[in-house]
Amino acid sequence: MAIDAATVRKVARLARIAEPEEKLEPLAKELSGILDWIEQLNEVDTDGVEPMTTSVHTHLPMRDDVVTDGGDPARVLGNAPKSEKGFYVVPKVVE
Amino acid sequence: MSDLTGLTLKAALDGLAKGDFSSEEITTAHLGAIEQSRALNAYVVETPDRAVEMARASDARRARGEAGPLEGAPLGIKDLFCTEGVESTAGSMILRGFKPAYESTVTSQLWRDGAVMLGKLNMDEFAMGSSNETSAWGPVANPWRIEGGNRNLTPGGSSGGSAAAVAADLCLGATATDTGGSIRQPAAFTGTVGIKPTYGRCSRWGIVAFASSLDQAGPMARSVEDAAILLKSMSGHDPKDSTSLPVEVPDFPSFCGKSVKGLRVGIPKEYRVDGMPAEIEALWEQGIAWLKEAGCEIVEVSLPHTKYALPAYYIIAPAEASSNLARYDGMRYGLRVDGANLTDTYEKSRAEGFGAEVKRRILIGTYVLSAGYYDAYYLKALKVRRRIADDFDRAWEKVDALLTPTAPSAAFALGEKSDDPVAMYLNDIFTVTVNLAGLPGMSVPAGRDAQGLPLGLQLIGRNLDEGTLFSLGSAIEKAADFRAKPSKWW
Repeated sequence: MAIDAATVRKVARLARIAEPEEKLEPLAKELSGILDWIEQLNEVDTDGVEPMTTSVHTHLPMRDDVVTDGGDPARVLGNAPKSEKGFYVVPKVVE
Repeated sequence: MSDLTGLTLKAALDGLAKGDFSSEEITTAHLGAIEQSRALNAYVVETPDRAVEMARASDARRARGEAGPLEGAPLGIKDLFCTEGVESTAGSMILRGFKPAYESTVTSQLWRDGAVMLGKLNMDEFAMGSSNETSAWGPVANPWRIEGGNRNLTPGGSSGGSAAAVAADLCLGATATDTGGSIRQPAAFTGTVGIKPTYGRCSRWGIVAFASSLDQAGPMARSVEDAAILLKSMSGHDPKDSTSLPVEVPDFPSFCGKSVKGLRVGIPKEYRVDGMPAEIEALWEQGIAWLKEAGCEIVEVSLPHTKYALPAYYIIAPAEASSNLARYDGMRYGLRVDGANLTDTYEKSRAEGFGAEVKRRILIGTYVLSAGYYDAYYLKALKVRRRIADDFDRAWEKVDALLTPTAPSAAFALGEKSDDPVAMYLNDIFTVTVNLAGLPGMSVPAGRDAQGLPLGLQLIGRNLDEGTLFSLGSAIEKAADFRAKPSKWW
């Protein structure tokens, strides 16, 4: 098995997803099944192969660094779970 | 007015231009059909008031002599596209109630060209799925059933709502997206035409991101020409998407019906996989025969890394997804579940908001990107991706396009594969290579299996050569003469 319950706990923490203790073992099994299947990539000789991150072969375009939009806090905050006086309301970040 | 719902987009546009009917009439006919088809669960949001308002505005524009290329045509929009002021959830609980303050570039171009929005179409959550069963709003039922049967089949995924709506005449055409096969596999399962254009052909701006280096929008339609008409409106450079290509949009419809004589069509031998149903093998042979008769030269080619495309995809796509979906933190929009502190709030919001398949992929993506595993998994997959793209480049030295089956089976029953992630992933075995290489791919309905279910053939083209696909696709369409419609049970 590629990963165990402790690894799932760690990865779920990194991904900020709460996974209940009783689900760690089944998840480890499931994810290991997928990763075992992925292992076949090791059969491919990739020595000296340049990694391919995109199929677009152009340079990133640049534009003038000017404001093109904005000044509309009501629209920006329109979907906020909580907002007040033009700000997002979030849980306390610094104790 | 129900006879106005079975038309091709082309026939409807001609009828509108001649004044045989108004946009309001054809739009109202579709709204009626949608209302009677809720058993399919194809639409997750219906927008009848906006549709009628847009149709009236369209009729007024036409009266003023200002008709656009899609003037008055009612369309369905996959729920992955942000539509201003209309709930856009990407099939996820975490976006329930989310009403974008902006319109996606692709949909805004459809409205610019005169089209009318009927509503938002169901899909797998964040486009992660091949059967529509991961949607938070329940699966879509395929309008097609086994002859004499009454079990609900999957319309495919992730664009299952788009496919079902087009097949059941609930719109004249629909937008869809394709990250690993999400346009082409549902097209094959529902007897419709779907094309994923070259990566960068359509702007991704305003489309909820899944795997940004693979995601591409495209149309689903009832004919090859309809797909060409829609793609022309959807395409074009957009400064708001840095990967959108600054190239001119060809007149795609003009390629339909063009002679394919002398075109070299490759048959990749690695696509003959073990366990492929004999009927799909036979359909492929039939497709080869049709193209030969149309004057194409058939050439056997080799794409040796084909079998590694799916495992590479299941590293790359989850890796990109884990990064893209980090934005759903319950702070600025979407679901927030209050916890004891900030981290607890993040963890609870995401645990409750995401479904099982999305969580699975985020965890895989987080794992393969984490310290110590990045080189072994992610970097390795990117190198295999290059190998797969190189395979295609070598094929293009010998051929102009490739012909393959679209999917390894016909539509399967809902629930049949949902317990086995890898079995589900194998649905995309013939489609995913194209996303990794960035190439255009199209599925055309070509026949039915012994149980009466539709089957599709896939055409793959060179970078930016959708035109050749439209020519070859219409040659197959003409030869196959696929006219069957699902019998209405819903």
